[in-house]
Amino acid sequence: MMEAAADAGADVIELGIPFSDPLADGPTIQRSSFMAIQKGTTVDTVLDALRTFRERRDTPTVLFTYLNPVLRRGLGEFCREAAEAGADGLLLTDLPVGCDSGMEEQVKSAGLDWIRLLAPTTSRERVPLVAQGGSGFLYYISRTGVTGARTELRSELVAEVAALREAVTMPIAVGFGISTPEQARMVALAADGVVVGSALIAQLEREGVAGAAAFLGALRQGMDEIDH
Amino acid sequence: MNPEAMSGARYRFGPFGGRYVPETLTAALEELERAYDEAQADPSFQRDLNALLADFVGRPTPLYRARRLEVEADGPAVYLKREDLNHTGAHKINNTLGQALLARRMGKRRIIAETGAGQHGVATACACALFDLECVVYMGEEDVDRQALNVYRMELLGAEVRPVSSGTRTLKDATSEAIRDWVTNVDGTHYIIGSVVGPDPFPRMVRDFQSVIGREARAQVIALEGRLPAAVFACVGGGSNAMGVFHAFVPDAEVELVGIEAAGEGLGGGRHSASLAAGVPGVLHGALSYLLQDSDGQVAPAHSISAGLDYPGVGPELSWLKDTGRARFVSATDAEALDAFHRLSRIEGIIPALESAHALAHLLRAGQMYRDRGPLLVCLSGRGDKDVAHVAEVEGRGILLGRPSKG
Repeated sequence: MMEAAADAGADVIELGIPFSDPLADGPTIQRSSFMAIQKGTTVDTVLDALRTFRERRDTPTVLFTYLNPVLRRGLGEFCREAAEAGADGLLLTDLPVGCDSGMEEQVKSAGLDWIRLLAPTTSRERVPLVAQGGSGFLYYISRTGVTGARTELRSELVAEVAALREAVTMPIAVGFGISTPEQARMVALAADGVVVGSALIAQLEREGVAGAAAFLGALRQGMDEIDH
Repeated sequence: MNPEAMSGARYRFGPFGGRYVPETLTAALEELERAYDEAQADPSFQRDLNALLADFVGRPTPLYRARRLEVEADGPAVYLKREDLNHTGAHKINNTLGQALLARRMGKRRIIAETGAGQHGVATACACALFDLECVVYMGEEDVDRQALNVYRMELLGAEVRPVSSGTRTLKDATSEAIRDWVTNVDGTHYIIGSVVGPDPFPRMVRDFQSVIGREARAQVIALEGRLPAAVFACVGGGSNAMGVFHAFVPDAEVELVGIEAAGEGLGGGRHSASLAAGVPGVLHGALSYLLQDSDGQVAPAHSISAGLDYPGVGPELSWLKDTGRARFVSATDAEALDAFHRLSRIEGIIPALESAHALAHLLRAGQMYRDRGPLLVCLSGRGDKDVAHVAEVEGRGILLGRPSKG
């Protein structure tokens, strides 16, 4: 699937390490995490998949997971292994900026981009704290809530992302709830990147790798029609 | 806010605790922390809460000397802190009234909660009825089955009970689902967490609301005995009754603090809930604490006959009390708890909650070691009415209440 995603035009791939209790995720990723664990997916098998992918493609890849599987391995140890396996960044859903400076230091010292998240609820005083000192890209959460497709995006979204530009020099990607080429296109008018997770997993579940790749291709096309 | 704010000691107990949550919740936790600070500094808040605890809950709860239990345990004087006599039947209401008052101060009109045995759900529904707040309670499907009576009590009190079918379908998954609801509806909703778990400020706030148990009990023991107890026993699931009764005694170095976890079918077999005995530190539901997990960091399913102890994590402050040696933790099996459940019922006329029966099981087992060391204090955290149907079923007395197979 990773190679198909790369070939369908993904600029960055988020590769998930499943966790038994994904409390920021909606039903789709809950189900896929559960199935992955049932089928024997572990930290090691995910890193192996990344190594295999790296031999064939150079699409930047961000590992995304929750803290506990990583802490069990040892955060420093995990980050070194992830970097060696070819990861470019790490996104930890339950490690907000400022929560644990020791952990942040370990991610950075392994040379991984630590992908920071901002939410519509993030307080104004907190925005610079999150925006400064990060690397890679900034992940803006499109709405309050868990991951998963929604029929509509919030109308304020484009304005919010535009306002963020004032405080952020990094590229801004927007995710949560984006599931159609139209939505991707709308978000791409304001943001540098569009993150699609649950919708892609749902496609993969329904129609296999070819169907998921075709879905990604359509998103890509919708975004490429924008004249930057 | 300075960059180290959430890393600081204020948010932790030693290395444990913290705020390991999705970014969306950080603002809500900052808001809650501010509101709680202001409430603590406002004499009218404590006055309102104390009035409710006295007139609505029935505090102070009695300290009862259980003389026949002393004989049964072959031990010294045994005092039961009768949290089972609180309105709604357990200590949980001490916390839900405090948090509901806080929610009202914050202008939040919608309350969510998780529940295992249903006691916290009932206590939350009760507080919401009192303050005219919308109430949604998440409960694992397995617990909905085990605790049907409490489900109906919550509904009578006006709450909506949402069964949770993900994961292990117990307290852990109900908690995850409550957090997902909070992430989604964070603006107008307050999450009344039921134990000393979750992200800061919940563990210290719930402990503060529950610490009335230990403050009362400490004064009551001193008044009756002229000295401190030799030891304090409390069951530990998430740990709210344990932290509640321990807190006042932590500075009293001579008082032994003993937490009793649920050993389920035995610690050897893996079907238990003894996070402190058998877990390793990890992050679940926003805090770093001892956690039952496999070698790949996946949370391991917990088991206990008592739904209220059936949780793979434990409060971060209890983790710290363990690591510093200030408290020690033992465990009691399902069978030992059931035995204690029956014995207290027969010899003292008190049907204890299955959770509290774990603490009583330790008393019956270890009481004689304290014979020459002074009185024992046991937190009887709740009454067993909610467990009667489940125990009858487990013991083959039929599924329906009022249909005993004999007598």
